[in-house]
Amino acid sequence: MNLILILGFMLLAIGFWGMLTQKNMIKIVIGLTIAEVGVQIIMISIGYIKERTAPILDSAVPLADAVNKVVDPIPQALVLTAIVIGVAVNALILSFIIRLYKEKKSLSIDDYKEMKW
Amino acid sequence: MTDVFIIVLGLVMIVFAILALYLKDLVASVIAAGVLSLFASILYLIMQAPDVAMTEAAIGAGLLTMIFLLAIKKTKQIEDPND
Amino acid sequence: MIKKIFSLIIIAGLLTVFIPIILNFSFQTDLPDVAKSYVEKGSKDLGAMNIVTAIIVTFRGLDTLGEVAVLFIAATGIAVLFRKNAINDKRPKQISKRDSSEILLTGIRLLAPVILIFGIYIFLNGHLSPGGGFQGGAVIATVVLLLFLSDSSYKINHKIFGFIESFSGVSYVIIGFLGLVLMGADNFLDNRILPLGEFGTILSAGAIPIIYTLVGLKVGTELASVLDNMKGDIE
Repeated sequence: MNLILILGFMLLAIGFWGMLTQKNMIKIVIGLTIAEVGVQIIMISIGYIKERTAPILDSAVPLADAVNKVVDPIPQALVLTAIVIGVAVNALILSFIIRLYKEKKSLSIDDYKEMKW
Repeated sequence: MTDVFIIVLGLVMIVFAILALYLKDLVASVIAAGVLSLFASILYLIMQAPDVAMTEAAIGAGLLTMIFLLAIKKTKQIEDPND
Repeated sequence: MIKKIFSLIIIAGLLTVFIPIILNFSFQTDLPDVAKSYVEKGSKDLGAMNIVTAIIVTFRGLDTLGEVAVLFIAATGIAVLFRKNAINDKRPKQISKRDSSEILLTGIRLLAPVILIFGIYIFLNGHLSPGGGFQGGAVIATVVLLLFLSDSSYKINHKIFGFIESFSGVSYVIIGFLGLVLMGADNFLDNRILPLGEFGTILSAGAIPIIYTLVGLKVGTELASVLDNMKGDIE
């Protein structure tokens, strides 16, 4: 069963679709966050192992046999990093959007053509 | 049992993702994206990743939604119909 | 219309890449070798119950230092974008903000210290239970956010916030170099500069609680200053 992987790829596709078709800049950033959630779900599902517990060695996991009882901790650490960086980058993008709005009073991406070649 | 739960959760998440892209009111679409993050954190908990679930709930669903709302307050709430 | 067809073609191309990946995918049945050694060493050599924390703080400590640096650069960039005289709008707009009600103010004042202590609890227990510096920092930023929402005249003390932020950043790097000095040449950010203590108690795992506390303070103050800049004074 790889339902979770299918869900991740569908969210990634929906996010890309939103980024490509939407005109409103805030909607484009929302599309980016949806794609981010999709990628994170894919990464977590790669580290998942059936019938094992979280990588926390409390009383439920005997220390000697820990290697055979826990799921893969490395993708989890990477996704944790990705979430925090994602928020910082999204905040920076939104600040740029606010500055652009103050110049032209428009959120539509079609009104900003100075950099287009 | 878990498969049924994951299918229901996944369908709800996809519905909220599409809502987030196609609602005309930006505040409503940001809230839909926040709900998507919250359901994603439930999914992480099912997949035995409590650390990631906690981060997603606190940062992805909480702070990021708030940053979006502050940005919308400084710009414009309703999407232009002729866009 | 042509743009939509073009986007549809791109998405279809992506799906043709995805479908073979999904069909050939099967869940792992055993840990990869790197993860195996991390799980074994994380409990035995480092004394951390939470393996994810052991990876983030010690095994991949340099990555986390870079991550905190990226967060700092993003916060600085936001501060530059919102600096006062960069925005053309010179005339101060008079907005008559309605004061918050007494119930809201008192409720937030009661809640704020409790939430603050909860954030500190999360990052102090990072090596024992789920959670850690990043989650605790986000909870601390939530306290500042609640104060902003309830009291429109509330301003954060930039001197104290800047001091906490730079102090924790500098101490983080100093602890990293202490590992180099005390533990030998390839041990940057080693947590064994302090005694490991008894496995499973709060004062264990060497320097991991200290490093995660510093990370939590740094992330909390940075996210709070991001929120402060985005809230701004100018409407």
